Amino acid sequence: MHGRPRKAPTQEEQEASSLKAVKLRELQSQLLNFHRNKIYTKEAVDISTKLLESNPEHYTGWNYRKLSVQNLLESALDSDSVQSILDEELRLVENALKQNFKSYGAWHHRKWILSKGHSSTDKELRLLGKFQKLDARNFHAWNYRRFITALKEIPDEKELQYTTDMIYDNFSNYSAWHNRSVLLSHLMEAREEGYSGKENVLGEEFEFVRSALFTDPDDQSGWFYHLWLLYQTLKREPLLITSWPSIGSNIQLSVNGYLDGQSLLPVLHFKSKARKYPIILCFNEAVEGVNSSTVTVECEYHAGDDLIWTPLSANKLDFAQAWLTYLNFPDEVNSLKPYSVKITVAHVPGITSLSGAPCSTTHTSFTVCVSLHDLKHAEVQTMERFSWKEENFRARATQPQDANLLHSLGNLKITMENKPIASDWSMDTISTEIAHCRELLSATNCKIGKLTLARLLMAHNTLISYSRPNDGAEIHYDEILALYRDLMKMDPKHLCYYEDEYSLALLKQLTSNTESLLKYSYEYQESTSPSMKSNLCLRLSGLSLSRLGSMECLLWVQMLDLSHNKLRSVEGLEALQLLSYLNLSNNKICSFTALEPIRMLKALQVLDVSYNEIGAHSVDTSRYLCSSPMNHAVGNDWNFEEFANGGIKLNDHWDAFLVFKDLNLIQLEILGNPVVNDQLKAFLFKIMPALKWLDGDNCN
Amino acid sequence: MGELQSEKHVRYILSVEKKKDGFESVVIDHLRLNGAYWGLTTLDILGKLDAVDKDEVVSWIMECQDESGGFGGNIGHDPHVLFTLSAIQILALFDKIDVLDIEKVSNYIANLQNEDGSFAGDMWGEIDTRFSYVAICSLALLHRLDKINVDKAVKYIVSCKNLDGGFGCTPGAESHAGQIFCCVGALAITGSLHYVDKDLLGWWLCERQVKSGGLNGRPEKLPDVCYSWWVLSSLIIIDRVHWIDKGKLVNFILDCQDKENGGISDRPDDAVDVFHTYFGIAGLSLLEYQGLKAIDPAYALPVEVVNKIFLGK
Repeated sequence: MHGRPRKAPTQEEQEASSLKAVKLRELQSQLLNFHRNKIYTKEAVDISTKLLESNPEHYTGWNYRKLSVQNLLESALDSDSVQSILDEELRLVENALKQNFKSYGAWHHRKWILSKGHSSTDKELRLLGKFQKLDARNFHAWNYRRFITALKEIPDEKELQYTTDMIYDNFSNYSAWHNRSVLLSHLMEAREEGYSGKENVLGEEFEFVRSALFTDPDDQSGWFYHLWLLYQTLKREPLLITSWPSIGSNIQLSVNGYLDGQSLLPVLHFKSKARKYPIILCFNEAVEGVNSSTVTVECEYHAGDDLIWTPLSANKLDFAQAWLTYLNFPDEVNSLKPYSVKITVAHVPGITSLSGAPCSTTHTSFTVCVSLHDLKHAEVQTMERFSWKEENFRARATQPQDANLLHSLGNLKITMENKPIASDWSMDTISTEIAHCRELLSATNCKIGKLTLARLLMAHNTLISYSRPNDGAEIHYDEILALYRDLMKMDPKHLCYYEDEYSLALLKQLTSNTESLLKYSYEYQESTSPSMKSNLCLRLSGLSLSRLGSMECLLWVQMLDLSHNKLRSVEGLEALQLLSYLNLSNNKICSFTALEPIRMLKALQVLDVSYNEIGAHSVDTSRYLCSSPMNHAVGNDWNFEEFANGGIKLNDHWDAFLVFKDLNLIQLEILGNPVVNDQLKAFLFKIMPALKWLDGDNCN
Repeated sequence: MGELQSEKHVRYILSVEKKKDGFESVVIDHLRLNGAYWGLTTLDILGKLDAVDKDEVVSWIMECQDESGGFGGNIGHDPHVLFTLSAIQILALFDKIDVLDIEKVSNYIANLQNEDGSFAGDMWGEIDTRFSYVAICSLALLHRLDKINVDKAVKYIVSCKNLDGGFGCTPGAESHAGQIFCCVGALAITGSLHYVDKDLLGWWLCERQVKSGGLNGRPEKLPDVCYSWWVLSSLIIIDRVHWIDKGKLVNFILDCQDKENGGISDRPDDAVDVFHTYFGIAGLSLLEYQGLKAIDPAYALPVEVVNKIFLGK
């Protein structure tokens, strides 16, 4: 089926082919007959030999063969007969493999024979040597090799030496590098002698791969291995990195947003009619096990043991990077005295990452005070449509009361007391690799080398941010962004990959220090209704962002403008639990399913997704990343039936239903998406009873 | 490059059905049920499924069923889970899953699960994550996933995850695009995609696109049209397909057509076959090529067929 040239067969070729076909057909039908009638005579078995040597893909033939072997073994008189029966099978497999050394059936038959306890290790390794010489990338051979080494208990170190030999023979042997990574992982995990010090092992491996990279920088195999080494260097336990309220901040709570007649400074103030406020914990990777035993919340006004923590993830998973709970306002309504809340995460084991690594213990704390219920400014339920127009935004000049805000924004990342996060060794290793990479790039303009340098610089920044979290000492961003711009030109096939990486680096740079965050923070004041309180909006529009990142630094955001970018996904937004106003217009959102992270934003009231590409594509690339009946993540709470009347079919709108059914939107903009029609709009009004404005149409 | 020669491909597929005497046909006689799935799904994507006699196909499929409940690759062949999936998929295309004794078929499949969550292909015990995918996909289409231990099945697949983010056929086996499709597809169907490092795997997958615009199956290998399915569907499931140049891949696939006799080959100017014709056209559907029915990347059936099965009529 592969690699045969396309040409019309000549008359001779056709005749020869027909003859072959007739012969093969005869063999095949005889085999099926013997099989059906359980005939295992010598003649029958010889037919099966002929068949399998010429067509080793005939799986029923191998099944017949196993039955014939079982039959023979039953009447075998001594160990010599057994030996000769099994030897015959091994010979058959070898011949079949000569015909097609990728035949699953042949390799499996050999394993089945070996399981009867028989061939010598040497013999098998010699066979493997032969096939690996023919094709060093034959994964069947490599798999069989792993089978034999397990069966014969060949030590990992010996196999490691074999990979060393294969690699020296030819650096471009991805299969050997892969096997090497598997063996080293086993050895390090089992803390075998000589492999328990991760630092020594990795140091040697970096040196080993360096020769491959310098010899042939355009071969990918070494670079993939180098990436694995980089991950091993950076690997650490999961830890808490940010929270809302942020560490050391002072939060003012109110029911209606006013304190002593003055509108409260947004960002540091939380308004809630339900008299409860959220606590969001953000980890550096997805974890499970966050609950009231593994996380303690100490505060004057709350007992803390009965808190329910919810993971903020799609598919109702147990794992999430961001976790949420709620604390009630204290009963004494008029408490102006700030009280403190201290949160200790992972003081007992139980919080673990996807790979089972336990979370390190961390603390965060903040103070809270509650405002008087200000009757003069009773909540004015605005009936007017919210507008994102330019004149409503004003850049912030730094004001005196900003001290608390600056402090709060400056303290976004949580430090770990008494324990260094980034070891000297990992810092040194990354620095060394950066130097070597620069050296290589000075001699050759190699795409994957450039990409590796960008990754190394990002890693270096991450390590710096762990040890000095909030003073913006991360230095490499400009160079990283320049590297990605170069790569976009050098390797246009992968343009969108580099754009995504560029977006991530840009957002990291933006959120790495306070001045930068403030530069993008605007005061929002509705020009036509001055009575409406001002709010603080983070404006990240027009930055060519194709992807979101660093959301853990934006947990405080209540109003977010991401319009006029290139976003196709909003993964990460689910952590922004305070978000009430969100603008995603003029992006590249291609489906409702891509908006699933928004489903978890219970505070969201105003959403603009106009001028995207929802309905313009026949392929939905987020179909399996969200909860639906197709991936069995949805159960009996999929109560679509109550909306099913009025001619609306679930098949047509299941994705809109998924995203909007749990939201409490007051205003929605969706025009400019091909999917929009009157039927959809009517459906949306039905599933969101609180909706007042849809594309400018009042619900009345 | 030109366009997709849809009519020629339809004629090619129908002709393969009839020409069973050539050597190329006899040598794959034992997997005819797979071949039928490839051919019929392609016809459906091209909007021409009605060119075949539905009842004739269905009765031939049922003749491939063994008393164990599983299906063989052709009449008289032993049952195997690979062909059982093809049977179920073809019946789904025809909306005729109800001709099956669903209990019997699902029991056959469920009994192939091992203690560690892995699946054997048949009674002879070969283990491979391909069979995990095939079992999970089959049982999901039959609404019988509860017959297996899904958690263990997922755990086994995750144990086959490699350090480059990809998946192999057994724990420790090298990442290969075909295996990756099987593992990612199975994890998608069971709502377990959080076990996939989408950025790491996405990058490994997008690097399969070589200079000619085609995709290979693993580093430093030649491009092949069948990877237009395995790599592409995996990228789509994890929402990283924008990391390749779709236009260049479309051109590569179109270049692999036999514009005179119909059919698509693994590489330009090679011999065509139904296998590559299916993967080429399914790939073009995933690339949103005009005029093709949308295909579901996890179940490998038209989206409208999958939606009907899970969302109801």
